[in-house]
Amino acid sequence: MAQGHAGELEAERNDVRDDGRRPPRAVVGSHRIEEEMFGRAFDKNIVKRIWAFVKPYRAKVYVAVAAVLIFTATQLVIPLIIRYAIDHGMALGGIDLLPLFIACGAFLLAILINYAASYTQETVVGKVAENVLFDIRRAMFGHLQRVSLSFMDKTEVGRLMSRLQGDVNSMQEFLETCVLSVGDIALLFGIVVVMLWLDFRLGLLTLSVLPVLFIVRLFWLPRARNAFMAAHETNSVANGALAEAIHGVRAVQSMDRQQVNFVLYDDKAHANLKTHLTAARYAQVMVPIVDTLTGIAMAVVIVVGGSMVVNASLDIGVMVAFLFYIQRFFDPIRSLTLQYSVMQRAMASGKRLTDVLDVKVDVQDKPDAKVLSPDMDGSVEFKDVTFGYNPKHPVLKNVSFRVNPGETVALVGPTGSGKSSAMALVHRFYDVQQGQVLVGGHDVRDLTQESLGRQIAMVLQEPFLFTGTVFENIRYHMTDATREQVIEAAKAVGAHDFIMTLAGGYDAMLEERGGNLSLGQRQLISFARALVADAKILVLDEATANIDSYTEMLIQKALVKLLEGRTGLVIAHRLATIRGADRIIVLQNGQLIETGNHDQLMARGGLYSKLYNLNYASFDDIPEEELQASAQSGSTT
Amino acid sequence: MSSEAIGSATKPRDALAHVNAASWGKGLNILARITRMNFRHPWQVTFAIGSTIIAATLQLSIPQLLGRAVDQAQSVFAGGAAGAVAEQALWTSALLLLAVSTLRGLFTMSQNYFAEAVGHHIGYELRLACYEKIQRLSFSFHDQVHSGDLITIGMLDLEGVRMYFSTGLVRAVLLFMLIGIGAYLLLSTDLVLGLLALSFVPFVAWRSSVTQLTLRATWLDLQERLSVLSRVMEENLGGIRVVRAFASQAYEMLKFDRASKNALDLAHERVNIRVRNTSAMTFSFFFSMGLVLLFGGRKVMAGEISVGTLATFLTFMTILQMPVRQIGLMVNSFARASTCGSRLFGLLDMEVAIKDAPDAKPLEIENGTLRFEDVSFAYPMAAERPILRNVSFEARKGETIGIVGPPGSGKSTIAHLIPRFYDVTGGRITLDGQDIRDVTLGSLRKAVAVVQQDAFLFTTTIENNIAYGDPWAHEQRIERASGYAQLHNYVLGLPAGYKTVVGERGVSLSGGQRQRLTIARTMMLRPSVIIFDDSTAAIDAATEQRIRSAMRQFAKDRVTIIIAHRLSSLMHADQILFVENGEIVERGTHEDLLAKGGRYKALYDLQVRPGDEVLNEYGEAG
Repeated sequence: MAQGHAGELEAERNDVRDDGRRPPRAVVGSHRIEEEMFGRAFDKNIVKRIWAFVKPYRAKVYVAVAAVLIFTATQLVIPLIIRYAIDHGMALGGIDLLPLFIACGAFLLAILINYAASYTQETVVGKVAENVLFDIRRAMFGHLQRVSLSFMDKTEVGRLMSRLQGDVNSMQEFLETCVLSVGDIALLFGIVVVMLWLDFRLGLLTLSVLPVLFIVRLFWLPRARNAFMAAHETNSVANGALAEAIHGVRAVQSMDRQQVNFVLYDDKAHANLKTHLTAARYAQVMVPIVDTLTGIAMAVVIVVGGSMVVNASLDIGVMVAFLFYIQRFFDPIRSLTLQYSVMQRAMASGKRLTDVLDVKVDVQDKPDAKVLSPDMDGSVEFKDVTFGYNPKHPVLKNVSFRVNPGETVALVGPTGSGKSSAMALVHRFYDVQQGQVLVGGHDVRDLTQESLGRQIAMVLQEPFLFTGTVFENIRYHMTDATREQVIEAAKAVGAHDFIMTLAGGYDAMLEERGGNLSLGQRQLISFARALVADAKILVLDEATANIDSYTEMLIQKALVKLLEGRTGLVIAHRLATIRGADRIIVLQNGQLIETGNHDQLMARGGLYSKLYNLNYASFDDIPEEELQASAQSGSTT
Repeated sequence: MSSEAIGSATKPRDALAHVNAASWGKGLNILARITRMNFRHPWQVTFAIGSTIIAATLQLSIPQLLGRAVDQAQSVFAGGAAGAVAEQALWTSALLLLAVSTLRGLFTMSQNYFAEAVGHHIGYELRLACYEKIQRLSFSFHDQVHSGDLITIGMLDLEGVRMYFSTGLVRAVLLFMLIGIGAYLLLSTDLVLGLLALSFVPFVAWRSSVTQLTLRATWLDLQERLSVLSRVMEENLGGIRVVRAFASQAYEMLKFDRASKNALDLAHERVNIRVRNTSAMTFSFFFSMGLVLLFGGRKVMAGEISVGTLATFLTFMTILQMPVRQIGLMVNSFARASTCGSRLFGLLDMEVAIKDAPDAKPLEIENGTLRFEDVSFAYPMAAERPILRNVSFEARKGETIGIVGPPGSGKSTIAHLIPRFYDVTGGRITLDGQDIRDVTLGSLRKAVAVVQQDAFLFTTTIENNIAYGDPWAHEQRIERASGYAQLHNYVLGLPAGYKTVVGERGVSLSGGQRQRLTIARTMMLRPSVIIFDDSTAAIDAATEQRIRSAMRQFAKDRVTIIIAHRLSSLMHADQILFVENGEIVERGTHEDLLAKGGRYKALYDLQVRPGDEVLNEYGEAG
């Protein structure tokens, strides 16, 4: 059967191309949405921004440029010394060794300077480029710690990571290239000048091959670059498909898609092979051209220069020096054209980097922001709060309520009612458009974010753990918490028992994002973390996902422990949690519609009682239509 | 993935560890194996190596020709042959030089191109082999090996092996030709001068090899440190809400700086290693050149050699300089190919644990009866800890079996054994009397479908995702399956409908939507046995109810197994199995089990009456 299927597939694949039959609904990997790879070669604004990062090292950069110029000069001078030695120190049968010794002494001096210059230049450039790279990355990372959460919400982590890695790396390449370009340009000019100076006519003749090479390269470059980019792209497409096969291997095997995938992958791998061969052809076609041009230049020197030597109008040493220069002068042209691409790439990256660095920081401490004292009463109050991520579409409208110190309030309401936004406002993740959020009697905008954060412990719906040990995760950032405190907190929330079953106990390493723990276990660890933070106010978004009943029970118990002696604001989904609250606030469409304890709300017969009477274990289980029906009847009564 | 499998995944991943201890002999074996692979493209290999030899020979003749031209020019000057003759001799040299240069260019092009081509063909073959192997290796392999490691093998290690021909083998031939013949020519022309001219070779060859190997070692270390840095950044950005919630930006910056400094220090050290050596190599080269100039100059004065010969020596040196420096790259290429190759071949040679028996026949379904007969199972990594013990049950076509039990009890393992994601270690599983190990894997997996708990979505359209197991399916079928899974209306509401791209780089779906998509995709397979492995946990109870009633028709023709935490998901089953510690401790219908008053009843009470009393009762009992 498997065989038959593969055969059928093969036929299908060929048929599709020939007679246009329906292709399978199947792809492997995805076509990457490739970012702009090349920008303009030079963009003043971007260079200015990059220069701001280089500026602290500018003294070193000047040293490097000076070194590269000296290095170039020694390269130019060496053939001249050889020429001097040949013409003045090697007369046949001569006995005066002085000119030869002078030449050799000069040679030694030149290569010592060459050594020092190249050492200085490469070390300084290499290190400065690394420093700038790390500085840019740090600036971006630091900036991302402060930008508004709405930016972070709508930007994928992967995208930001490629800014912090790929784009930053191409900046490093750019800096090294800049200095090298200075050297290459100097070398090119130097060779031209020296050749013309040695013998103007011969120099001019020899150099006539240079424009030819320039023109050829100008034609070649855009085509070659397309070929290189195509190769690069097919490579990432094929690699993407491989990565997908690795991550999705269980799904692939359980649906027996191996054969289909293999054929599809073969297409991608084959496209990759073909584009690479094309790129190789483009890369190699320049070799015989450069070699032929070198041959022509040498032939010119031999014929023209040679007959000038015969006529005694040219020293033999000059001819030898010319032959040396010719072997060198194609190098700078070759590297300059390659550096052009590096510049373009760097500009495209630089643009993306500055875009990130320019993201506005919305929520900032006021210059005279106060520190929220740990002795504050722990009350939370919303006064006529109106807020929307997009101010035109508020998700909270004129909401007012007060949570008294030590009280536990459950926020209840259907999806989209504004519960999560209300919670985010307490911590000042966003700023309100109208009204005020008060914590301990202070407007949160008048407080430092740092001190506000210290007094509010938050437990998010999706517990997020960091790579590290259980111990480190529980005392996250409270680095002065002792082991005893951590264990005590874990015991209090009922996490101690399962932690002890992990290999290593509290020192067990958690895999990426706690992948080796169940959701419920991660939740318990995040509870312990909130307990260690020991804040006056606890803001908690209850997990909605189904957790096995035993862990669920542990969580319910932990919650009681966690709220002890604290002001609690809980986005509650489960009836058990809701009923345990001192007070319930019901939100709908961004408005506060009911408040009171369970019995009061039931007696009132509003939305809450309707929802409750539908008899679902959690408000999120309520299907859309019943919810709408209740809401309508709720609003008409 | 089941929590049992997670337990074994934390074991050391020694499946590929043995390859790290690659010995010298083994390294050579691997290089020989790569070389043999290269020779599977005999024509291209011949062209590449032939061109290399010709190009090197031509290149070696250039200094001779230059020297001759210099002598021709000078001998005339010194009062030799008549002007016209000299002119002609110069012309001959010039044209010869031009021809040699052009030919050398052409052969170098051919050398490089064919060397690359061999590498790319090998790369293509290895890519396919890797892909195929990774797709076939069974779950137990993938449980033990990190996906990141496989990606490294399939991308970086493959490159190392691919590059071996052009940067290792061909370069070796080129270097051998240039250095060997070059040295012979120099030494035979003038022994002393030749020795001086070559004096930089051993030093540079040694330094460049050591440098490259050191750089390689530190490169691996640097990657390690950079990956720590990326992890810090990635986790910070992914968990930015936690970071902000705890106001711990300062702490995060500290973590970042620590990781960053760690990497930066090594990057600086690498600059030092590199620069120290390149500068020293250049210096030693020029120093030899100075010696040649000094001693050669005296020989010219003494009339022992001509200026042309001296020019020949100096040009030879410039030609030799690059290849000698590249010895390090060549050594590095050998080292890289050998370590990369050992990892890559380690993967390609890996035995596939679960595959068709030699005489496997396609599965034949008549009644569609599934039987577990005394099934036991333990993961290969932890054979001493059985996950299932003597599990037996039977399910006929049209029946629904519910499986429930505490986490880690082995419920998910039952789901994984039926499609042979793992093989039983005791007893047997049969479908219509055929042991599932005796039938072909392809036919079995068509007949048995599992709706996974946390299913992988492919980055492609919703349509393609639903039709994943049946890519030629008709549109109506796709929509019907989507309708059964209560997904159709949601999809129609999307701007691009069924053409909406989902997955990693597409529209992100909620947990419930993902699970509904997974259910639709599994229904497309028309299996004889369908297993829901806790796959409705993120779907609200009402939607689940609708899916169940929509599927009633579908369930008539097959065995349905439902594994769930939520009892409402499986209360209606024909038979419910309560699994604990790998054994079935209670079985029967919902009513039977409630009447029995055992574990199932306790769980039911906990879920249906979630009051404080029950919490406490259960807490004390459990």
